[in-house]
Amino acid sequence: MPHQQQPVEMILLRQLASYLAIPMWMMDDAGNLIYYNESAEGLLGVQFDDVGPINSESLVGAWHVTQPDGSPLPDYEFPVLVALSKRTPAHRAIRFQGMDGVWRAVEVTALPIEGQGGRFLGVLATFWEVED
Amino acid sequence: MTGNEGRLIVLDAGSGMRALGANVEAAERVDVLITHLHMDHIQGLPFFAPLHDPDIRVDVWGPISTTQTLSERLNRYLSPPLFPLRVRDLSNVVFHDVPPGTFDIDGIQVTADLVSHPGPTLGYRLQENGRVLTYLPDHEPALGMPDFPNNPEWTSGYGLASGADFLIHDSQYTDEEYQERVGWGHSSYSHLLAFAAMTGVGTLMTFHHDPDHSDQKLDEAHERLRATGQEFEIVAGTHGAVLDI
Repeated sequence: MPHQQQPVEMILLRQLASYLAIPMWMMDDAGNLIYYNESAEGLLGVQFDDVGPINSESLVGAWHVTQPDGSPLPDYEFPVLVALSKRTPAHRAIRFQGMDGVWRAVEVTALPIEGQGGRFLGVLATFWEVED
Repeated sequence: MTGNEGRLIVLDAGSGMRALGANVEAAERVDVLITHLHMDHIQGLPFFAPLHDPDIRVDVWGPISTTQTLSERLNRYLSPPLFPLRVRDLSNVVFHDVPPGTFDIDGIQVTADLVSHPGPTLGYRLQENGRVLTYLPDHEPALGMPDFPNNPEWTSGYGLASGADFLIHDSQYTDEEYQERVGWGHSSYSHLLAFAAMTGVGTLMTFHHDPDHSDQKLDEAHERLRATGQEFEIVAGTHGAVLDI
């Protein structure tokens, strides 16, 4: 198309996410962070409008992520990146440091988003805060 | 729509198909671009005379599904007891399941993309010799968008309509009516104007009028639309209108 526009499935997903009270995070098919909702802002420690969108290169290291016991978590085991690279659902518990400096324990579930015609559109993830 | 080479492209298959079919000359091929399979967009298809003329090839294009092909879905309507013939009886008809993307019809570049409307619904952008016609008959670009129309990247239909010379667009509701029908998949007059302004179209044709709106009410509405002083021309979509794009 002559002018850049997000796929309508992602537009509708963002609209839905903006109304939900659970943290939602969206990446496009190239791994760029294109949206997270107000509920996620509380967990990530920064408003989306202050930092987003974030391209895939800048996204690496934007948030410090570890396993629940504090040991390193390889990128390839981070659910969002699993869903992006393998295009399969992924879930695991992690700890991460928000941009407000606070470490939080969360469970992350990530889903690959496939549109009509088998088009891979990106990843939708939700973060669920748990007892640390 | 008739292309420069004479190719007839029909946008959706509503009740006008019967009259149109009676006037189709012995063309070699007719293409029907269906946006979605709601009844008001397909009800005229079985009554389109070229469908039953073996000397005319009819290509029917419509949105792809994850479950059934376009012909299988249309066969639910085009089969007994709703219609005496079945899709398989139409040997001159070719069905195309259309994913978002671009294809060519006799030199006319057709871009299809999904737009905001209940159920998978396509909009079409047709380009020939640098002139662009965009067709978005059922479209609710403002749904759930508090910042509409200030974010084109996140606005349904923007890519299809941007810079079009001629936009045919959903104009079903008054602003007051829309408040009671949010999520029904259609536009208010204010959203229509805002979308056309955002996409920078040359001419806007209002379309898909609410069937409960009388001609007088539509005339009055168009007076008000034109009085807003937009940079684009506003043409009322009327039965039988012929325009050169």
